Amino acid sequence: MTAANSESSAANSAVIVVTGLVKQFGRFAALRGVTVEFAPGRLYAILGDNGAGKTTLLRSLAGLTRPTRGSISMLGTKNLRAVCREIGYMAHPSLLYDEMSGMENLRYFARLYGISDARQSGERDSRCAEVITAVKLDPALARPVGQYSQGMRQRMSLARALLNDPKILLLDEPFSNVDVRSARQMAGLLAEMRDSGKTIFVVTHQAPLLDGVADEFVWMEAGQIVSRTRDLKSGEAR
Amino acid sequence: MSRAGSLTLATLAKDLRLEWRSKDAINSMLFFALLVVVIFSFSFDPTAEESRHIAGGLVWVAFLFAAVVALNQTWARELHNQVLDAYRVSPAPANALFLAKALGNFIFVSVLEALMTPLFIVFYNLRALGPAYQLPIVAALGTWALVVNGTFFAAMSLRTRSREIMLPLLLFPISIPALLAMVEATTSILTGEYSAKFWLVLLAAYDVLFTMASLLFFETVLHAE
Repeated sequence: MTAANSESSAANSAVIVVTGLVKQFGRFAALRGVTVEFAPGRLYAILGDNGAGKTTLLRSLAGLTRPTRGSISMLGTKNLRAVCREIGYMAHPSLLYDEMSGMENLRYFARLYGISDARQSGERDSRCAEVITAVKLDPALARPVGQYSQGMRQRMSLARALLNDPKILLLDEPFSNVDVRSARQMAGLLAEMRDSGKTIFVVTHQAPLLDGVADEFVWMEAGQIVSRTRDLKSGEAR
Repeated sequence: MSRAGSLTLATLAKDLRLEWRSKDAINSMLFFALLVVVIFSFSFDPTAEESRHIAGGLVWVAFLFAAVVALNQTWARELHNQVLDAYRVSPAPANALFLAKALGNFIFVSVLEALMTPLFIVFYNLRALGPAYQLPIVAALGTWALVVNGTFFAAMSLRTRSREIMLPLLLFPISIPALLAMVEATTSILTGEYSAKFWLVLLAAYDVLFTMASLLFFETVLHAE
């Protein structure tokens, strides 16, 4: 297969196609005509300075921010609500109720995704326990999330994003305030999930944690994607 | 039960659990309503006959002001840690969230009314001369009118910078017909001078109309930026 054919095949099977995406907040343009395609089963690290548009791009992909212009096609449809079951979103804030324990939080969010009904609460509990264990936390921890350390909260937030077993994971700063060892464990977990076929986007300022893990580094600047590199060093050398 | 119904109950149960643990809404509401009752009792010194004529207005104004305190809390806990975004990215229907919030507020305000009504009776020496069995109907219809609009407008003012001021500015004008019906119905029952039937029908119609309108537009409000 020629290189051209290979590129064309990747484009045809793109899991996300973004075309001319513009997002304006008043007079400020957070995204300025982003056009990009992402292939399935890959881990993308989205990098850039503060204000480069990384979080806005992620929120647009999650369907939380409506584009001013342009379009997003995900899993073959432009109706992002129709595919929201296939998307896991982790934001910079935890998206968890501080007054409830991790298990109580996940039980509630599991119901939002229709993960078993009340008669099968055992199934729901086992799924919640599974994702909590996957992020190296204890499902039996009865403490409210508000009393967790910042790192534990980040991991519980990742567990919430994994709850619906999404095909696409959108993670905004998953390693912030997490100690290096736990962050490396989380990066390893993300690599495993990528290997199992998930497409993962990680917005981070801690790019070295994803060196050797991410398939591609996507560099953003002033609301645009300025380059895509296979390794971190060549991107930094730009 | 339908998925929307089951999600409404799950969200309601979650809200009741959070309120039970924090007691944010109920404590501030009770304290506020108690202050209003005491201040009103110092301001007026009516005879029993006069009380029957003014109590409807006093009671509902006190409940309206106290309800605003709870209504402001409704969405505050969804904004903390941006938990509302977790709901917005999920496939759960927007109306299940709205109904759960409205039912939760209905329960909180009803608890407040149940606790405050005996105080009003004592402070104002109240006794109904009309059909007293209609009072709980007025209370239920009136409370729903306040909370359904309040929940909706609290959601609308969520993303405004001064949302705690915005809520009463939006809620009070639109509540005038309902407030008028509540006050008139309550006064008619307390004095026994005229029938409350017209005001009850008006209140029921108001409830149906604004519940339908809120359900119709809530999804747009939830996903607005």
